[in-house]
Amino acid sequence: MASKQQILEAIRRQSVAPVEHPGVEGPWITYDDAPAQFAAALESVGGLCHFVADLPAVNAALAEIPEFSAAQRIYSSVPEIGGANVDMASIDNPHALDDVDFAVFSGEVAVAENAAVWVTDEHVRHKVVYFLSQHLALVVRRSQLVDNMRQAFEKIEFRAGRFGVFISGPSKTADIEQSLVVGAHGARSLHVFVVE
Amino acid sequence: MSHSGVDHPRLAAEFVKNDSRAHWHDQALWFVRAKRDKAAQSLPEWETLRERASQIKRNVSANLADYLEEFEANATKMGATVHWARDAAEHNQIVLGLLERHNAKRVVKSKSMLTEECHLNPFLERHGLNVVDTDLGEWIVQLRNEPPSHIVLPAIHIKKEEVGELFHRKIGTDSGASDPTYLARAARKRLREEFLAADAGITGVNFAIAETGGIVVCTNEGNADLGTSLPKLHIACMGIEKLIPRADDLSVFLRLLARSATGQPITTYSSHFHGPREGCEMHIVLVDNGRSNILGSDEFRRSLNCIRCGACMNTCPVFRRSGGHSYKTAVPGPIGSILAPSRDAQQYASLPFACSLCGSCSDVCPVKIDLHHQLLTWRREITVRGHLPWTKRVSMKMARIVLVRPAIYRMAGFLLRKVVLRMPRALLYNPWNAWGKSRDLPPPPKQTFRQIYQQRHGK
Ligand code: SF4
Repeated sequence: MASKQQILEAIRRQSVAPVEHPGVEGPWITYDDAPAQFAAALESVGGLCHFVADLPAVNAALAEIPEFSAAQRIYSSVPEIGGANVDMASIDNPHALDDVDFAVFSGEVAVAENAAVWVTDEHVRHKVVYFLSQHLALVVRRSQLVDNMRQAFEKIEFRAGRFGVFISGPSKTADIEQSLVVGAHGARSLHVFVVE
Repeated sequence: MSHSGVDHPRLAAEFVKNDSRAHWHDQALWFVRAKRDKAAQSLPEWETLRERASQIKRNVSANLADYLEEFEANATKMGATVHWARDAAEHNQIVLGLLERHNAKRVVKSKSMLTEECHLNPFLERHGLNVVDTDLGEWIVQLRNEPPSHIVLPAIHIKKEEVGELFHRKIGTDSGASDPTYLARAARKRLREEFLAADAGITGVNFAIAETGGIVVCTNEGNADLGTSLPKLHIACMGIEKLIPRADDLSVFLRLLARSATGQPITTYSSHFHGPREGCEMHIVLVDNGRSNILGSDEFRRSLNCIRCGACMNTCPVFRRSGGHSYKTAVPGPIGSILAPSRDAQQYASLPFACSLCGSCSDVCPVKIDLHHQLLTWRREITVRGHLPWTKRVSMKMARIVLVRPAIYRMAGFLLRKVVLRMPRALLYNPWNAWGKSRDLPPPPKQTFRQIYQQRHGK
C-alpha cells in the first residue's frame, strides 16, 4: 500500500494543466450498404460472410463447408444449429475441450467498418472454445449490424466476470518475414452468418 | 556515446554492413507503413480521430491519479486484485510472489512491452520458472536468446531461412524448410502444448478503463486469450499511462491502433476482461517506473500518450536502416529515443541524435505525439547536461566560433575550397570525420555565395 500512496503522491505533485475530455461523438463513417461493406471487410481479413434468411438456412450453409463436414467434435451455443456433439455444461475442466474441431457461437454486434463481431461468455461456460476450436462460425442478426465502432459500443455493456471480445477474421500472424499465415494460435477459419 | 552508454552510430554501422539485409529490412517496414497509409485513407475522419485520441490521452495525464483510483475501485468490484509497483524490481517481485503463491511452474506470456522493460523473463527464470513467450515473433526471438527488435513485429529482422534453421534445431522441423505456413503450423502445434500445460498466464494491457475497471488486450494470434482461459491465474502487467477514462473511448482507440500498426482495420482479437473467470484469479499490476517523472515535464509529457502501435518505427528512415537492436532499449525507434533518455540521459544520450528530424514519425502517430520536436528538445537537454561525446562537443564549439565571426567564416571557406579539398583522401577522411564515413564531400563551387551576390548586385 505504501507504493500506491507514493505513486499517487508523485503524480499529484506534478502540475498538469487541465484538459477537457473531448467526447466520442462523430460524425463517424456510415455506409450506404453496410452488409456489403461488412462482407468485404471480412474477406479482407481472411473470413467469409454468408447472408441467410433464417437459422435453418445456416444449417444448410454449414453443411457446404468442408471443415464443418469433416469435423468430429462440434460445439454450438446456438440451439438450432445441428450436428453439435460437445456438451460444454457437463465439462468441468476447459482443458478437456482441446479437441473441438468446429464451434458455432452467436454474436451480439457486427461492425461494418472492420468486420469485428462482438461475442461474450454469457451462456458459454468455457470461453476457451472461442480460441481453441480449429474452426469458428459466428451467427449474427442483420438488425445487429452497425456501421462503426462508436455505434457498436453503444450496444455493449460490461458486467463483473463477463468476458467479451471483438473477433475480426480468423487468427493470423505475419511474424515470419511479413508473410501472412492464417491460423496462428486461434481459429484457422472464420465464417460469419448474417441472418435476416 | 559516452563510454558506458549506448553507441547507436556504431551499432547502426554494424547493421548496415550487411547491405542487402539492411535494404530488405528497410523494404519490409516500408511495406507495413504503406499498408498503414491505405488503412488511414479509408476513413475520412482519420485526422479527427487522431485529434480526439490525443485529447483523451492528455485528459488522462491531467487526471491520472484520480483515474487510477477509480480504476482500482472498479477493477476490485469486478473481482480483480490491483497491485502497485514503483519500479521494475517491485513489479517483478509482485509477479513472482503471485506465481509462487499459486505454486505455478510453467508460465505462458503474451506480448507485453512493459515486462520487456522490466526484464521480467530473466528474473523469473532465475527463480526457476519456465516462461514461454507465445506471440510467434516473440517466441522466435526468445528461442534465439535475444530481445525483440520492434514492439509490434518482434522478429522483423530475421529471415525465414533463419527461422527454419532455428525451428529445425529446437523443435525438429524438417531441415532446410523455410515456408512460413509450415513453420507457423509447427509453432502452433508446439505452443498449444504449452498453453495446455501452463499454470499461469501473463499478459500486457493495451487499455485499462477507469469507469468499468476492465482491461483490453489486442492480439492477432489469439495467444493472450488461450493463455488466460486455460490456467486459473491471470496476471496483467501495465504502465500507469495505459488508462482511459471510459469504455466508449475505445471506439476511438480501437479504430486507430491496428490501422496504425499493421494496416488492419482492427486486430483479430480485442479482448475485454472484467474480472476473473469463475473459480480463477485475475491480478493487475500497475507500474510507474519513471512515468510519474515524465508526467511532470511539459516538454516530454505527451510521450506518455503512446499506445505502442509501432508506426513511428515503420516510417523512421533511421530505424528502417539501423534495426531495432541498435537502440538497446525495450522500446526502440523515435518514441524509444524519447522514453529511454527520460530514464537515463547519459546512458541513452546517442538516441535522440539517431534522427534526421524529417518529422515523419509525428505525421503518422495516431495520438499526435510531437515526436520530432521532443527529439530535438532532448538533443538540447543532452548538450546542456554535458552528455555529448567530445568529438561532437568540440566540433559544435568550433562551428559556433566560425559562424558568429564573418571574417573567420570567410577565411574558413577559403581554406576549405583551396586547401582542405585538395588534401589527400587519407588525411581528409580520417577517423574523426564521421560525416565522411560513407559519403564524399561535394566538389567545391567555383565561386562563393558572396562573390555571386556581389556580381549580381554590383557593389
Ligand atoms: S509514439 Fe505514436 S506512432 Fe510511435 S508507437 Fe507510440 S503511438 Fe505509435
